Amino acid sequence: MLLIKNGRVLDPASKTDAAQDILLDGEKIAELAAPGRLAADHKNAPVFDATDLIVAPGFIDLHAHLREPGQESSETIETGTRAAARGGFTAVCCMPNTKPVNDNASVTRFILDRAKTAAGCRVWPIGAASVGSKGEAIAEIAAMKEAGIVAVSDDGKPIATAKLTRQVMEYCRSLDIPVIEHSEDVSLAAGAVMREGVTSSRLGLRGMPAAAESVCVARDVQLAELTGARLHVAHLSARASLEQVRFAKQRGLHVTCEVTPHHFTLIDEDVQYDSRYKMNPPLAAREDREALLAGLADGAVDAIATDHAPHEPALKDVEFDKAPFGILGFETALALSLELVHSGRLSLMRMIELFTTGPARVLGIERKIAPDQPADLTIFSTTREWTFDLKQSSSKSRNSPFDARRFKGAPIATIVAGRIIHRA
Amino acid sequence: MTLRFRDLLALEPLSADELTFLLDQSRPFQTIQRNPLKKLATLRGKTVALAFFENSTRTRISFATAASRLGADTMNLQAEASSLKKGESLLDTVQTLNAMKPDCLVMRHASSGAADFVARHLDIPVINAGDGTHEHPSQGLLDALTIRDRLGTIENLNVTILGDLQHSRVARSNIHLLGKFGCRFTLCGPAMWVPQELEEIGAPGVSIRRVFRLEEALEDADVVLVLRVQTERMHEPSISNEDYVLGYQLNAERLRRAKPNALVLHPGPMNRGSEITPEVADGPQSCVLEQVTNGIAVRMALLFLLISGPAEDSAHPVANSAEESQPPRNRRSTDKKDLSHASD
Amino acid sequence: MRIVEKAQLMSAPEIDRTLRRLAHQIVEKSGGTKHLALIGIRRRGVPLAQRIAEAMRGIDGVDVPVGTLDITLYRDDLSKVAPQAVLQSSDISFGVDQMDLVLVDDVLYTGRTIRAAMNGLFDLGRPQRVSLCVLIDRGHREMPIEAQFVGRTVQTSDTEIIEVRLREIDNEERVVLVDRQEP
Repeated sequence: MLLIKNGRVLDPASKTDAAQDILLDGEKIAELAAPGRLAADHKNAPVFDATDLIVAPGFIDLHAHLREPGQESSETIETGTRAAARGGFTAVCCMPNTKPVNDNASVTRFILDRAKTAAGCRVWPIGAASVGSKGEAIAEIAAMKEAGIVAVSDDGKPIATAKLTRQVMEYCRSLDIPVIEHSEDVSLAAGAVMREGVTSSRLGLRGMPAAAESVCVARDVQLAELTGARLHVAHLSARASLEQVRFAKQRGLHVTCEVTPHHFTLIDEDVQYDSRYKMNPPLAAREDREALLAGLADGAVDAIATDHAPHEPALKDVEFDKAPFGILGFETALALSLELVHSGRLSLMRMIELFTTGPARVLGIERKIAPDQPADLTIFSTTREWTFDLKQSSSKSRNSPFDARRFKGAPIATIVAGRIIHRA
Repeated sequence: MTLRFRDLLALEPLSADELTFLLDQSRPFQTIQRNPLKKLATLRGKTVALAFFENSTRTRISFATAASRLGADTMNLQAEASSLKKGESLLDTVQTLNAMKPDCLVMRHASSGAADFVARHLDIPVINAGDGTHEHPSQGLLDALTIRDRLGTIENLNVTILGDLQHSRVARSNIHLLGKFGCRFTLCGPAMWVPQELEEIGAPGVSIRRVFRLEEALEDADVVLVLRVQTERMHEPSISNEDYVLGYQLNAERLRRAKPNALVLHPGPMNRGSEITPEVADGPQSCVLEQVTNGIAVRMALLFLLISGPAEDSAHPVANSAEESQPPRNRRSTDKKDLSHASD
Repeated sequence: MRIVEKAQLMSAPEIDRTLRRLAHQIVEKSGGTKHLALIGIRRRGVPLAQRIAEAMRGIDGVDVPVGTLDITLYRDDLSKVAPQAVLQSSDISFGVDQMDLVLVDDVLYTGRTIRAAMNGLFDLGRPQRVSLCVLIDRGHREMPIEAQFVGRTVQTSDTEIIEVRLREIDNEERVVLVDRQEP
């Protein structure tokens, strides 16, 4: 048992915003009530005092790379889930581009086995859409679903052809599982290392136009209409892409999207030959960032996802154009999102929605603070000031552009299945 | 006037005063080129490492000659001979070179920003001898020196640049230098090589426009900078030589559209008959050979200034004791970065 | 550290008189002005050389060529010439081969400047003879170098500095002895 006392409970599912005590029993939530009004006997329950803290449903990250199996020098399931827990996440969806690719049930089971022994948060694997994510044959999606995947994706690249995308969508519709697309027209993006624009021109770095993303989103939206599938656009970065998603939603299609903290925080002008600013999709233009902020606030965007992509230092400490894409995300996601709350761009409730009910809806699951629900909770402060020190990160890698950034607001406790897995 | 920087990685961050200083400091070395004995002992005992990770004969020989005329020794690393082919990283390679204790590293690399990256890891001055499609600062300086010698000024000129602007580090360095002196730029070439963003790469207020008809682009030009059409490097997309010649080759008839005494510059090596006709290349308006001679003077000045470096002993009357002991590096990444767009 | 002026060594008329005397001595020693040329060492050697040449015109009616030499590149203390030494052009528009050259500088001290200047000169060719003319010789030589033509010899201590101030550069005209004093 665990009693969480005096917290301010914010639950988007029930629109609750009130001081409440929550009693956890085993892996479930037992009861919640106004402070001091719990009916159940809790005299022997340990108490977590959440005075001045926010108590929210457990945060879900729809998009992360845990690198295991195969690239354990950059991250393992253990280090990755520990970093995620530290960032306030109770569950992370890990992308299948491991070595070997998670394109069959045995890899899925391996990942889930490792996750069980790791001390971190829950791991919900995403399976590959095509065998080896090579874009040729459809992967064992049904078997992987039985083993525990929550979605399919060829992330790192798009599903190779329109034809295969259509087939994957049709198959996934029948299995009731979402298709997560890394939207990129690879011919438009070929060789590019950042977003095309004045900055790429100034730096002499090859840029990809915004259209490299939006062209693919437009294609996929039409295929989603054709097939009736659930399409989720990963790490959406461009205004034009978001317009496609808005259009799809207006037509009532099952189309959702996520935005990363780095895309709503940084822009292409921040790139200065520092490979910690290199990711795919690349940092976008100022007006794209404005569009993303609007979409986060008005509901066009469904989730904030980190695209946590660790790379060991030796891989990143090279010429900018030779460095791999990707940056860390877990430990700074909440604090960067709170910056939007502090600046008035996002309400606190809406922010929590983007980490909880939003991603849950994408996966087709429930997320709320109610009796009998899994006791997964994220407790955080909106006022605690701290400085991100990359050297102290729980991740095995160090590729974050946010080192030494001052933050206001931090994860305080992460509770999974009734157990505190991280406490600041 | 002194240099604020301990490296020369780009011209973009330099002020007009600093650029003028560098050009002025090249003058004494121009006179030395005319001496019967051209060799100085100024940098005797110093070593300049030349690391060229991309093929270059002219720039490498020019830097090597500059070093030699200052009395410095050189160590040479060429891509073919280096262990890069064996999979060694750039960082490992330059750190190995650095362990041989050179006093300065001159490097060329196919990746934009490579010199900036290396400078962050080394404690010796780094001179960028061309990084990808970013900048070629010594070329920008020697072009400006050549123009100043011939026209008496580099202020408020109409400068037309012809060719593949998108992939030209020479064009960028010229724009960043001459733009600080009020020059106006007309960029001309096949549209795919002259993207619109280039109009905004200059400092605020620098006039850059694109013109796709060569005759119009040459109107009123004081300086015509012809870029090399690189057949060995991929222009993307490439167009046929015939189309290029038809639309963009600088020939004598077209050059008459420019001012009568307009200068023709080319960074070399030239493809005669492709981007430029022999008549223009060898004509009285061509500055091609002066550019080569001035290249050595500019590079001598750079080596001299960066290797003589900051003072340890402020007792000397020339020294300014108020100067910081560690001048900042000439690169953007040290600039104070404002990451807080959250409030805008 | 405080810089205090201890004494005036020469007034403007005295400088003028001294330069005329030096001009006479040089012409006399060289047996005329044929093949004679003056090389002023930057910075204060330059106006001194020009004034001596002017005095020579009064003597012989001949224009003696005057060149200027910047010795920065020939110094032996490069690491101290900083931050980043400022170079000026040397300007010697005549051939030095077979010439009778007189280097002109304001103060002769350690001799290192003259050593550097001679290195610079010999890069330009092979003069017949090189001699040295200075306004002040203050002793403390570190090189086997002596001046053939000396305006005045002054005994100095290590902490003292001789400042030659010329109207072309300093807007005043006198030679002073100053001292560095620890506070």
